[in-house]
Amino acid sequence: MATRQTASLARLMRAPAIVLLLIWMLVPLGMTLYYSFLNYNLLNPTNTSWAGWFNYQYFYTDPAFWESIWNTLVLTLGVLFITVAGGILIAMLIDKPIFGQGIVRILVISPFFVMPPVAALIWKNMIMHPSYGVFADIAKFFGAAPIDWFAQFPLFSIIVIVAWQWLPFATLILLTSLQSLDGEQMEAAEMDGAPALSRFIYLTLPHMARAITVVILIQTIFLLGVYAEILVTTNGGPGFASTNLTYLIYRAARLNFDIGGAAAGGIIAVVLANIVAIFLMRAVGKNLD
Amino acid sequence: MGQITLEGVAKRFGEVEVIPPLDLTIEDGEFVVFVGPSGCGKSTLLRLIAGLEDVSDGRILIDGTDATDASPARRGLAMVFQSYALYPHMSVRKNIAFPMKMAGLPQDEQSRRIEAAAKALNLTDYLDRRPGQLSGGQRQRVAIGRAIVREPSAFLFDEPLSNLDAALRVGMRLEISELHNRLKTTMIYVTHDQVEAMTMADKIVVLQAGRIEQVGSPLDLYNRPRNAFVAGFIGSPRMNLFSGAVAAEYGAETVGVRPEHISVSAEGGKWKGRIGVSEHLGSDTFLYVEETGLAETITVRSDGEVSLRHGDTVWLTPNEDKIHRFDRNGDRIA
Amino acid sequence: MARAVSRNQKIGWTIAAWIVALVIFFPILYAIITSLKTEQEAIAGFNLIPSFTFESYQAVQSQNDYFKPFMNSVILSVGSTILALIVAIPAAWAMAFSPTKRTKDILMWMLSTKMMPAVAVLVPIYLIFLRTGLMDTRIGLTILLMLINLPIVVWMLYTYFREIPGEILEAARMDGATLRDEIVHILTPMAVPGIASTLLLNVILAWNEAFWTIQLTTTNAAPLSAFIASFSSPQGLFWAKLSAASTMAIAPILILGWFSQKQLVRGLTFGAVK
Repeated sequence: MATRQTASLARLMRAPAIVLLLIWMLVPLGMTLYYSFLNYNLLNPTNTSWAGWFNYQYFYTDPAFWESIWNTLVLTLGVLFITVAGGILIAMLIDKPIFGQGIVRILVISPFFVMPPVAALIWKNMIMHPSYGVFADIAKFFGAAPIDWFAQFPLFSIIVIVAWQWLPFATLILLTSLQSLDGEQMEAAEMDGAPALSRFIYLTLPHMARAITVVILIQTIFLLGVYAEILVTTNGGPGFASTNLTYLIYRAARLNFDIGGAAAGGIIAVVLANIVAIFLMRAVGKNLD
Repeated sequence: MGQITLEGVAKRFGEVEVIPPLDLTIEDGEFVVFVGPSGCGKSTLLRLIAGLEDVSDGRILIDGTDATDASPARRGLAMVFQSYALYPHMSVRKNIAFPMKMAGLPQDEQSRRIEAAAKALNLTDYLDRRPGQLSGGQRQRVAIGRAIVREPSAFLFDEPLSNLDAALRVGMRLEISELHNRLKTTMIYVTHDQVEAMTMADKIVVLQAGRIEQVGSPLDLYNRPRNAFVAGFIGSPRMNLFSGAVAAEYGAETVGVRPEHISVSAEGGKWKGRIGVSEHLGSDTFLYVEETGLAETITVRSDGEVSLRHGDTVWLTPNEDKIHRFDRNGDRIA
Repeated sequence: MARAVSRNQKIGWTIAAWIVALVIFFPILYAIITSLKTEQEAIAGFNLIPSFTFESYQAVQSQNDYFKPFMNSVILSVGSTILALIVAIPAAWAMAFSPTKRTKDILMWMLSTKMMPAVAVLVPIYLIFLRTGLMDTRIGLTILLMLINLPIVVWMLYTYFREIPGEILEAARMDGATLRDEIVHILTPMAVPGIASTLLLNVILAWNEAFWTIQLTTTNAAPLSAFIASFSSPQGLFWAKLSAASTMAIAPILILGWFSQKQLVRGLTFGAVK
């Protein structure tokens, strides 16, 4: 009796969150799907017609599409490589007995709290600017010609900025995992005569495997959606050299007013994100109970 | 004041019957211990009495009135949990006061009872601390304090000592027994440790797979186990159980003889064997005898001065009056 | 490992760690330093000692009305988080304390909505905002940010609530507490720290959100993220002023962030790493 009462109360308490998220998921996605089959341009909204698969065809036959997919891939993998490798090294360094550990931790995680537009503008103007940036100052100091990073290496520059933002996240999570490593296990391995490198390969890395997986998957979700960093630095250029899928869709929707095309691109993005999501959900789901 | 009667009480979780219908009466003032291996349903039985689980069948009477559908709070029982379940955000004083606050007792009565409980449980100096700042034994005492101040008709203990280390456990065991002697309130105590059961109980209820195997005083169970399960479960070290030719000799399917009822001799006796391990405790010596051809090892409890060692050949003789005989179903042959 | 480490070794690690930390922190530090320079100093080459002038801070306020986007950021981040908490607390509570067979599925499904790329729904959301007059309004953006962070809020609360042991609630029931007493005296005080952590992390996430805020605002409801992004070409704002605006935009959240390291790990990994 009491339990049945609690059950219906519980249903009532869960309902608002579930209904809201259901609407949030189904309505816009349904609309995107619908628009993706329409010829619909905001500059000429009266001339709207059924397009069939045209938007999809148009989108993937566009050379910019494949370039943006390639850029998305390079950006994501580049940032993942830097943050995971760097994160492991820095986490192990901070985990050592050092003076001022608390402050070091605070300094290292700080970039994560910098909002993307600010991060991008600081790097663009203070660090990588061809005449006033710190990199230019360093180049001049050594008598070299300063590099115009965003013109010459646009995608690489964005990778650097995004990696700087996400390195703290990877470090923090890997550090948390590292600190839960059983000290006695390490001592046992030392007693067994395992040298430092073997201990790292056979004990530390497997212990961190789960955390590394989580870092990769969660970052991937966010990295597929990198936007503000591109907007304030290169605007996707030169040409499409630093345009990722998110930015390409943004351009279609907001700069070309091509609702149908942007919607088709959106559906492609959903498919890509879902592939990653499936893996992430498995990793997270295993930890439930 | 605290008589509890179970009539045909049963518990099912979905399709699974954890406790088949059982009857049990607990007299006022009795110290009853539910004992059995883990998963035997002893905790579930306690939670049914507490009202934390609904019974699937049957009735629970407390002092003759039907309490089957009463909420836990209305049953007038107090419970001490395995994890102590102290409220981490409240001081010790507030923890102990909580049930009285819920009952709406006047402030001065609350403080009086808190002072009395704290004094009895050596908690006076800790009243303003949080549970997190206390040791395991102290937390245990707070949990007991919280139960005492309600002046319940019966105390329920759910494996209260299992989180303490061995030395503390013996101490708390004594304290709980003293508490019972002083308050003379009904106590129901759940444990998987037969030593706790033997040392504390007026009446032991041995459970297996939700069924009551035997109810009786500690010595009843020790002297006259109703079946082979109880025989093996009660007593430490465990009773030696034999089947085959030895059992047939006594006209039984299985015979059992406790380690303390076997005499050992270097010269001669009934069964020949070799000592595997000998444990010298000072007061006693436990000998684990192998190569007897009767069972893998036979445990013998001898006096402390025995000088037999590993590898020695010995002769064992059971005390014929103390042999327990069991039939094919494991039931005692009278 | 509880072991004596030689002093020299410790000093060596310390130096290495501090160098790495300072390199990582340098862009932020340099922005703060530049914000205290005059505009001439700011573009005069590498220099770590500013003249400690606050003129850029004053200029940002007087020329660009900095206070308005700042207040928008506060309203949007706090507002959306509180809205999310109002919806999420009962839901997480129900799932933690009276779980059903489907609770796990519901949680996973909620998480999956977080995986949906924002850009996939850019078109419909943009059109809805345009047609309903929600464009560039704080209320529209608050609701949107609430929906975006709702799954994380539910998840974080759920993991916190689940850590409240069931035996404590049973103890309260044995002690004569009614459902109301349980909620008022036991559950709420024990849940408050988890709710506070959740609030903190989500204010941070909402404060730094920079896709929807840029898409759906122009001037009225633009929070700091959109405000700063509008200076992508530095004609309007020079180096020192840009640094001052940036410093002010990140300072509050940086300090909040330092206090939320633990919650950050839990919240962003959905409890997968603790």
